[in-house]
Amino acid sequence: MLIQWINTGLRKIPTWVLYLILPIPGLLVIAAGLTDNLGPEPINELEEELGEFALKLLILGLAISPLLHFTRINLVRFRRAIGVMAFAYVTAHFLVWFVLDLQGLNQIWTEIVKRPYVTVGFAGFVAMIPLAITSNDLSVRRLGRFWRILHRLTYLVAILAGLHFIMLSKGFDVEALAHMIVILAFLALRVSKWRRGLQSGLQGLRKKLIG
Amino acid sequence: MAHRWTNTLTRADVTPEPLWLNRRQVIAGALGAGAMASIASPALAETLEPNTWEHITSYNNFYEFGTDKEDPAANAHRLNTSGWEIEVDGLVDAPGRYSLTSLLEGVSEEERIYRFRCVEAWSMVVPWNGVELKDILDKVGVQSGAKYVAFETANRPDEMPGLRYPVLDWPYREGLRLDEALHPLTLMATGIYGKPIPNQNGAPIRLVVPWKYGFKSIKSIVRITLTDQEPATSWNMANAREYGFYSNVNPTVSHPRWSQASERKIGGGLFNRRQPTLMFNGYEAEVADLYKGMDLTTYF
Repeated sequence: MLIQWINTGLRKIPTWVLYLILPIPGLLVIAAGLTDNLGPEPINELEEELGEFALKLLILGLAISPLLHFTRINLVRFRRAIGVMAFAYVTAHFLVWFVLDLQGLNQIWTEIVKRPYVTVGFAGFVAMIPLAITSNDLSVRRLGRFWRILHRLTYLVAILAGLHFIMLSKGFDVEALAHMIVILAFLALRVSKWRRGLQSGLQGLRKKLIG
Repeated sequence: MAHRWTNTLTRADVTPEPLWLNRRQVIAGALGAGAMASIASPALAETLEPNTWEHITSYNNFYEFGTDKEDPAANAHRLNTSGWEIEVDGLVDAPGRYSLTSLLEGVSEEERIYRFRCVEAWSMVVPWNGVELKDILDKVGVQSGAKYVAFETANRPDEMPGLRYPVLDWPYREGLRLDEALHPLTLMATGIYGKPIPNQNGAPIRLVVPWKYGFKSIKSIVRITLTDQEPATSWNMANAREYGFYSNVNPTVSHPRWSQASERKIGGGLFNRRQPTLMFNGYEAEVADLYKGMDLTTYF
């Protein structure tokens, strides 16, 4: 009953609201950078904040299917906005790195090739481009079955993003590892036999607790 | 003897901070063994604007207090610097455990405005207060067999939370060749901007070797050893391919993972332009002789 109430409420929210709300953290941190409120190294700080928010949106997008399967709460309508905004944040993150950090077109290729964490990050960014381009109704119609297959690239993007975070961190970084574990968990839940196993386990638990 | 090098940087662009600044007449001059600076040469004088106190004391690499740049400022207050003692041993005439005050007694303190270049490719300009390392070494008497000076940082697990993690092989260790240690530029700093050096910057006494990457400028020194063997240094032990014993600032020798040809000076804001890194961090005239004939790509 509660779930139905939640879903009814969610259906009332138009998806374009997300396009208004999700940019806000990014705009706030850019504003902080422009007003010299990001500390001694604002370029690094801005890069990091934009990257982290992009990663969190990616993870949120990955959470939607498991959430539906295990709780019946339906956020599928919002997944497109979440994915497109994740791409927007990744693009902003990349632009800050390219324009403000590197400041040199000739240096960028060396950086991408010589610094493995940059290679991984850049690969994730490139993999997101076809996903962003096909995030519209026309593409869904045109591509048919292939659209679903193409959008499984999200799984690769998430893994590359998680790796990028781990590889650029100094030493043993709990935050980066935690993100990766969550990503892997949400991906594991898509393997149907594992999901079925977890589902039946949870059902059994629910029966035991509620009867 | 002190004052063998004078700042080539003028105070014309003093940052508008309510800080005490010694407006000493700055003279660009020639170096010689014991030669004092001579006539001001407009061609040599350059304006180096020191970074703000806030930036210098809030953006630090001091892994004993955590590996993030803000960690040292947040945690270094736990370090107890009172009653500081330094163990001086090895090939010296007067080894022993010296209190900081006794080690600095009678040694002339001065202000040195130096470029500081981190291996991570950011830089600052810092107005240090300190004494020449040579003056301290003269005090304890370096014996003729000595070829290197080795240093150690304090290793206090109850005061330094970062020691819990084996990020580096603790205690932090560094070293210099004897001629580098005796060079007029090599400073033992006890202050910044005329104030006592903050804990996060390496209180109460730290090394400053401005022509080398910043990690060579070891902080919170508790031991000085004169030796005839090249000493083990922490970052070299952690990754010999990336961090060599000399680690002279050199734009032509890149770090395996990034270029050292440019740097970003802290404080430039969001649209900060990178600037080209200078050979020996701009101290080529003063130190190039030390490495004459050495292949700097092998001895990095």
